[in-house]
Amino acid sequence: MASELVIKNLHANIEGKPILRGVNLTVRQGEIHALMGPNGSGKSTLSNVIMGNPKYEVTEGEVWFKGENILEYSPDRRARMRLFLAFQYPMSIPGVSVANFLRRSLEAVREGNKPVEEGENPTGKMGKRKTVPPGEFRKLLQAKMKLLRVDNSFINRSINDGFSGGEKKRAEILQMALLEPEIALMDETDSGLDIDALRIVSESVNALTGPDLGILLITHYQRMLNYIKPDYVHVMFNGRIVKSGGRELALELEEKGYEWLRPTDDEVNEVTVDA
Amino acid sequence: MSQAFELEQGNYSAGFHVKENYTFKSGKGLTRKVVEQISEMKGEPSWMRDYRLKSLDLFEKRPMPTWGADLSDINFDDIFYYIKPVAQQGKNWDDIPAEIKDTFDRLGIPQAEQKYLAGVTAQYESEAVYHKMREDLEKLGVIFTDMDTALREYPDIVKEHFGSIVPASDNKFASLNSAVWSGGSFVYIPRGVRVEIPLQAYFRINAQNMGQFERTLIIAEPGSYVHYVEGCTAPSYTSNSLHSAVVEIKAMEGARVRYTTIQNWSKNVYNLVTKRAAAYRDATMEWVDGNLGSKVTMKYPAVLLMEPGARGDVLSVAFANDGMHQDAGAKITHLAPHTTSQILSKSVSKGTGRASYRGLVRINPGAHHTKSSVRCDALLLDENARTDTYPTIRVEENQTEIGHEATVSKVGDDQLFYLMSRGLDESEAYSLIVNGFIEPITKELPMEYAVELNRLIQLEMSGSVG
Repeated sequence: MASELVIKNLHANIEGKPILRGVNLTVRQGEIHALMGPNGSGKSTLSNVIMGNPKYEVTEGEVWFKGENILEYSPDRRARMRLFLAFQYPMSIPGVSVANFLRRSLEAVREGNKPVEEGENPTGKMGKRKTVPPGEFRKLLQAKMKLLRVDNSFINRSINDGFSGGEKKRAEILQMALLEPEIALMDETDSGLDIDALRIVSESVNALTGPDLGILLITHYQRMLNYIKPDYVHVMFNGRIVKSGGRELALELEEKGYEWLRPTDDEVNEVTVDA
Repeated sequence: MSQAFELEQGNYSAGFHVKENYTFKSGKGLTRKVVEQISEMKGEPSWMRDYRLKSLDLFEKRPMPTWGADLSDINFDDIFYYIKPVAQQGKNWDDIPAEIKDTFDRLGIPQAEQKYLAGVTAQYESEAVYHKMREDLEKLGVIFTDMDTALREYPDIVKEHFGSIVPASDNKFASLNSAVWSGGSFVYIPRGVRVEIPLQAYFRINAQNMGQFERTLIIAEPGSYVHYVEGCTAPSYTSNSLHSAVVEIKAMEGARVRYTTIQNWSKNVYNLVTKRAAAYRDATMEWVDGNLGSKVTMKYPAVLLMEPGARGDVLSVAFANDGMHQDAGAKITHLAPHTTSQILSKSVSKGTGRASYRGLVRINPGAHHTKSSVRCDALLLDENARTDTYPTIRVEENQTEIGHEATVSKVGDDQLFYLMSRGLDESEAYSLIVNGFIEPITKELPMEYAVELNRLIQLEMSGSVG
């Protein structure tokens, strides 16, 4: 059965300020959803909350993944269930090579999400895990790099340290390719990219799409959707999804902007009262 | 598995101890009689006996240092100054008593010897219990032995150099070491000989309230090269132990000496060590210093740049976990023109740990055309962790280039979330960030030691964090 990410009436705050005000959304393996909306509408917050960023406080609602409510799970445990977040601003970790990091991540993710009764505590702390032999890892990584046409020198550099904007985004896609998530959240993967870099990154994403991967593609602009064809398009405004449709909705947004979808004052008030 | 295993504390895997079955154990406390007894048991020449007694006087006269870490909890009357664990040193691991061999087995020393070392000395309490070096090096004239053996077999070389770099009067703990020293390494590399794989000494304390005072002397003749590595551990006890070594090194013209320490003392050890090297014309001296564990460490590896072209590097990592104070740094003295030095210090403080960088760079009059760069970076893992920097630079010459840089950073929540979002649990994410932070130093180590250092840090990190 295809894995499902189901978000139900999700409310979340940052530093006491409500950002998400009741999001409902379902993403299945094999589907591509584009989440669009103006700046500040809560798109990035949604992806961070789904992945478990402790900066945000969930005040109401549920996030189900593969039949489990994952809101109490630590981010690493969610990752080990094969949920993935491609960051808008990937962090640099000086002194840690991409290869070292990715081998550890791969080992961790391959361990999967062990049920609580088998010694896994809710914080997700892991015991001893199976190692991936260096030879096998190198082969796998090289295959993925070839697929994404990433330069070999990449893997010996420190994670994102001194990477250009485009390199950072490509490194995110490389991680995604290696860790083989079932659902990937891609947060503004197109931001900060010039036309050429956008094309390369989009082609990389397309190389990974298929029946085993569901994507929630967060973007402000329609331009990435020229390369990656979504099955569904959602528009977020003031912390809620205010409209959903097919690919044609993205084109309509391109033409008309977002303003026509702004909730009326009544709706906003109603939402605020909800929160 | 021995009963001792149960005594291990937390994540410190070297914290076990084994039963005592010793040839000789001195009474607690330090007296003239104890010093005489040590010298007599070792059958030393009278000059060494006199040297010890003179040093004891110096030790008694000097007050405790009032700068640096808090040493007020040391009770010199509560320490055993000399323990002779075995009657005779072994050249074969099977020659030494089972419980001692078992200890070194658990610390992985025989295995390391087989895989990647040119020679090993294993010291247990006050004496080296095992020693072996590859035969081909012996044929080249390389001497690697414990200090007591060296004093018997090479009395002239020892007499010429002993105390010439660190005099007994240098500081209170150098005086103490000079009075009660036992064990340590003596390394002599003949002219032009390059020892390409490391020589290692391993220092193990086993008894409670033990004082270990090894004394090391390394002479690298012109054009030679040696990499000497030391490791240290002790059992976890609730009472204090004292480790106070003196290390003296001479790197003669064009020689290069690298001295690497991976110390991992238990949390009850005061580690107060004096390490100093003299580098002559075009010689290079490198201290690579990894300080984990201990209750208090005060250690400032020093290089005297004696002649033009000499270079001194100090790379150090300190990890101060809960309740520890690592007061570590470096001391470089430029005594000649055209000399170069580099200090790179990385410290990590966790829990209530405190790491201090204390460094001195001194450019003496006449030491023109000298270059020195100092960089100290501190990483804080918790709100309560503490770091201090005490850099001193004294320049008495105009034509010098000096750089100094210091940074303090905290592990960011965003970095942690990023790594955890890739499946790494919190403690692995922390240790990866820490390993990355010290990578400029681990990359200088032979792979086995880099792996070991990273593994030790991972162990330190695997407790509760945050």
